[in-house]
Amino acid sequence: MMSQDNIIEVKNLKTQFGDVVVHDGLNLEVRRGEVLGIVGGSGSGKSVLLRSILGLIQPKAGEIHALGYELNKLSAEDHLQIAQQWGVLFQDGALFSALTVAQNIHVVIKEYCKISAALLDELTAIKIKMVGLPIEASDKLPSELSGGMRKRAGLARALALDPKIVFLDEPTAGLDPIGAAALDELIVQLQKTLGLTVVMITHDLDSLYAITDRIAVVADKKIIVTAPLDELLDYPDPWIQDYFHGPRARQINTNDSRH
Amino acid sequence: MSQAWVTHSNKNHHLVITVGGEWLLKHINQLENDLAAALSLSNLNTVIIDCSELERLDTSGAWLLHRTLLSLVEKGIQCTLENTSTNDRALLDIVQKYGTQDQDLPKHRSQLLDIVAFIGQHALIFLKEALALIAFVGHTIDVLISVVRRPKLLRVTSTLYQMEMVGVRALPIVGLTSFLIGVVIAYQGATLLKQFGANIYIVDLVSVSILRELGIILTAIIVAGRSGSAFAAQIGSMKVNEELDAMQTIGLSPMIVLLIPRLLALLLTLPLLVFFADMMGLCGGALVSWLTLDINPILFIQRLQTSVSTATLLVGLIKAPVFAVLIAIVGCFSGFHVSDNAQSVGARTTSAVVLSIFLVIIVDAIFSVFFSKIDF
Repeated sequence: MMSQDNIIEVKNLKTQFGDVVVHDGLNLEVRRGEVLGIVGGSGSGKSVLLRSILGLIQPKAGEIHALGYELNKLSAEDHLQIAQQWGVLFQDGALFSALTVAQNIHVVIKEYCKISAALLDELTAIKIKMVGLPIEASDKLPSELSGGMRKRAGLARALALDPKIVFLDEPTAGLDPIGAAALDELIVQLQKTLGLTVVMITHDLDSLYAITDRIAVVADKKIIVTAPLDELLDYPDPWIQDYFHGPRARQINTNDSRH
Repeated sequence: MSQAWVTHSNKNHHLVITVGGEWLLKHINQLENDLAAALSLSNLNTVIIDCSELERLDTSGAWLLHRTLLSLVEKGIQCTLENTSTNDRALLDIVQKYGTQDQDLPKHRSQLLDIVAFIGQHALIFLKEALALIAFVGHTIDVLISVVRRPKLLRVTSTLYQMEMVGVRALPIVGLTSFLIGVVIAYQGATLLKQFGANIYIVDLVSVSILRELGIILTAIIVAGRSGSAFAAQIGSMKVNEELDAMQTIGLSPMIVLLIPRLLALLLTLPLLVFFADMMGLCGGALVSWLTLDINPILFIQRLQTSVSTATLLVGLIKAPVFAVLIAIVGCFSGFHVSDNAQSVGARTTSAVVLSIFLVIIVDAIFSVFFSKIDF
């Protein structure tokens, strides 16, 4: 059984593609209501971990528990239950390209609920404005939006059903510093007001400093440590030291930008 | 009692509504109706919504409460929310900040106008596309001239590779299809000709129909489906992936690198494919003639030589280079005009095939009229 404080638990996960072992004996715990950052070198399997939790990749061995379900043994009905309780923001938004922003949100809500047309439009407008998009964006197709707006629209879709967990795959990648900071702030604000648990893959040191409660480091096919940033800074591992004390990290260390 | 509920008590135009349970999206339709029913009483002065029994609330529930409050206040009825928890309060603040009532949201136009706009937009798009295609043909001729002037610009390897892809690899499907069409025509003709005792005319029937029309038109349609779509998809996905831009920045012209080899490859291989299709079609016809009408292959060939002139063969083959240019240009044009999203690659590929098959048939009809006028 999983502990009360944890909303996700991954135990001894092993993922393998052909002969390539991506994860072996990986353990991860995500606590209810926290913002967890996942970091790791390119190709270390961060996205694979995320996709394993989401059930998009079948693990070779190990158990994944989330929201009180064991994910490998889900019935189709339980899977629907769980799909309503988490939302995912993929790297480029992964909006349905044939639908407008508003329709992207409609699809999710209408799939699960009976709702009057007026209320549906109002709720959609709330989600769109909540993520900082102008209401005029609702009738636009994803291809007519900029990268930053697509991410916001993707976030609005992820939040459509008021999920308990939100997964973010590199939310600030490809955004300018102002846009990235605004998105960080938005995530924290939503997390606090809606009581979300946020699991976020990121390479963005600023994001890690600004909004994560704890950070999980993926290396050597497992999570080598999960700890708040302050503790990680002194963690005796050469990769972690390089990551947080490398040339690109220096500036942040000198002007501590934590909220 | 259900998982979410609304109850009310009414004293002297003073309505107290108690809401409770899970005010979540999944119950929202029922809640909206229940709330409307509770508020259907007339002559209300004040309404108090008591939230003390709320167990869970999400943005949809919060918005439903807030919009109810808004609409009551608009009607001049005093309305308050009472006993809200801190969490509920936070959610209510969010929906108050971001929510807009339906009548104030930007609305779509009427459907009739949509139809008019749709027709207008598509007429304009069609016109633009037609102009762009003509411009593309001009551009192609321009590039061809520069390649003729400086033959070094020609990518030989790429051209040979494309010849293999569009020509050699198409042999099995083209051959099999034509063979079967030859079989079908001979069968259909055989039953009819037998009745008149005009068995030997099966040779004329098969050879004229295959050589003049069917060989070329079938091959062109198969190649348009196979290679025209491949051109559009290859070039289109390169465009989405910014590979065309990358090419230009290193001084390579996509027209020379991508279009010319494909155009030349089709131009050279389509006549050969058509000839191959003609022969396979005749084989199919000869086989059926032998089996059903006892015309053995030697007799078939003798009759072929006396009754069918070289012109009949040429009528088919002459069309091949024209169709080749048409298919290559439409395919590449579609690829180059993909806009920057994956969906457009699919749409353009489809339209490349449809347009090139359509044009092949139109041009074939023009050829037919032309050849009959000059008695060719």
